Amino acid sequence: MLTKRIIPCLDIKGRRTVKGIRFKHLQDAGDPVELAARYAQEGADELVFLDISATEERRKTLAPLVKEIARELYIPFTIGGGVGSIRDVEILLSAGADKISLNTCAFQRPQLLDELVQRFGSQCVVLAIDIQYEEEEWWVYLNGGRLKTTRKAMDWAREAIDRGIGEILLTSMDQDGTKKGFALDITCEFSEKLSVPIIASGGAGKVEDFYNVFQKGKADAALAASVFHYREIEIPTLKKYLSQQGITVRPTKTCIK
Amino acid sequence: MKTVIVKYPAGNVQSIVFALERIGLQSIISDKKEAIQGADKVIIPGVGEARSAMEYFRKTGLDQLIPNLKQPVLGICLGMQLLCLHSEENNTPCLGIFDLPVKKFVPSDDSMLKVPHMGWNKLFNTQGVLFKEIEKDTYQYFVHSYYVPLSLHTTALSEYFLPYSAALQKDNFYALQFHPEKSGKQGQRIIHSFLKL
Repeated sequence: MLTKRIIPCLDIKGRRTVKGIRFKHLQDAGDPVELAARYAQEGADELVFLDISATEERRKTLAPLVKEIARELYIPFTIGGGVGSIRDVEILLSAGADKISLNTCAFQRPQLLDELVQRFGSQCVVLAIDIQYEEEEWWVYLNGGRLKTTRKAMDWAREAIDRGIGEILLTSMDQDGTKKGFALDITCEFSEKLSVPIIASGGAGKVEDFYNVFQKGKADAALAASVFHYREIEIPTLKKYLSQQGITVRPTKTCIK
Repeated sequence: MKTVIVKYPAGNVQSIVFALERIGLQSIISDKKEAIQGADKVIIPGVGEARSAMEYFRKTGLDQLIPNLKQPVLGICLGMQLLCLHSEENNTPCLGIFDLPVKKFVPSDDSMLKVPHMGWNKLFNTQGVLFKEIEKDTYQYFVHSYYVPLSLHTTALSEYFLPYSAALQKDNFYALQFHPEKSGKQGQRIIHSFLKL
C-alpha cells in the first residue's frame, strides 16, 4: 500500500534555511545541507527546498546547492523558486533534483507547464499554489504571497492538471506559520476532486495535525518546516504516532542509514 | 570497473552518479557508442518522457546498440519502460528487449488513488539476484504514471490499482520501476547487487 508522506520543507534564502510566519518575519534556521541530511536519516520520505529569494530578486535557484544536497541525500527532493524556463528545469534536474515546483512563473505563462510536461514528464512537475480565504472563496496568491490574483484556487488547479502537472503543493497562507493545524476543508476538497496527489502545507503544530490532514483532509503528503527545524516534532515520533492511529507510513527503521 | 550511465536529454542522472559514489564507484555519463559498448555495466536512468527519449536514442544510434549489449544493463523507471516493446506514453515504440507493453494507470472514479503513483510502496514476491540482500517487505520510492503488467519476466511486484511489475529480468537485462537511488539503504543494496554481477 502506498504510504502517506512526511515532507520537511526548507525555505532557502542565499545559502541558509529561513523560516517566516505568514510568509514574513524571516528567521535563520540553519544550514540546508546539514538539515536535509538529518531529516533523511530520521525518516523523512521526501524533502522540498524553496528558494524564496529567487522570485523576489529574479535570481535563478542555486544549482551548486542542489548538487550538494543531492550528494548528501538518498531520498527524493523537489526544488522550487523562480523557475521560469525549460533551461532552468534542465539545470536543476541535471544537478540532482527529482522534481521541480513552479508557482508564479507558471501562473503568468501557463503554457510553460505544457512545455515542461512534454519534455520531462508529468511526474517531475509540481504546481505550488499559495491560497488565502476571502469572501467565501480560496484565491490564488503569487510572488510568495504578496500579490493577490482574481483566480480561484480550484480553477487554477484544474487548468494545471489539464496541462499535465503531476502533483500539487497546496499552501494555505491563513495557516502558514500559525501552528494551528492544516486547512482541512480545502485540502479535502482538492484531494477528493482532483486526480493528482496533494501535498498539504501550512499550519502544522502538533502530531494530531498530521493525523487530521491525512484522515480528514485526505492529503497524500504533509509538508511542514519549523516544527521539524526546531525539533518540536521528531519525525520518528510522528511516524510512530501516525502508524498507531492507523495511517500507513513508511516505517522509520528502514530509513536510518 | 567501468560503469556507464546512458545520457539522454531527460532524467535525474546526477542522483545515480551520487548513489554510485556512495558505494565508492566512479561512473561516466555518455551517449557515445564506444563508451557504452566498452562498459562493464550500463545503467539507463529515467525521469522523463518516452517519446523524446526514444527520438534521442534513434538520433544517436543507441536504439540499435542497446538491444545488442552483452554486459549487465539496468533500466530504472523510464529506463525500464524504454526496454519494453511499446509505451502508451505518446504512443511510442520502444527498444523491445522485453516483449511487453507499457500502459497508463487509469484512475477509477470510485478510487481515491491518484496518478502518478508517487511515493513509497512495498515490494513483494521479490526474486532473483538483485533482491538477495534486502529485507522482506521493503519500501521503495516510485514516481510513475505508466506501468508494465505482470509477465514471466517479472522479478518483483508492487501494487497500485492492480499488481504490476516492479522489476523485470531477461538474460543480461534488468529493470526496476522504482528508484533504488532514491530509496535509502535498501535501494542502495539493490544497486550494489547489480554492480556485483
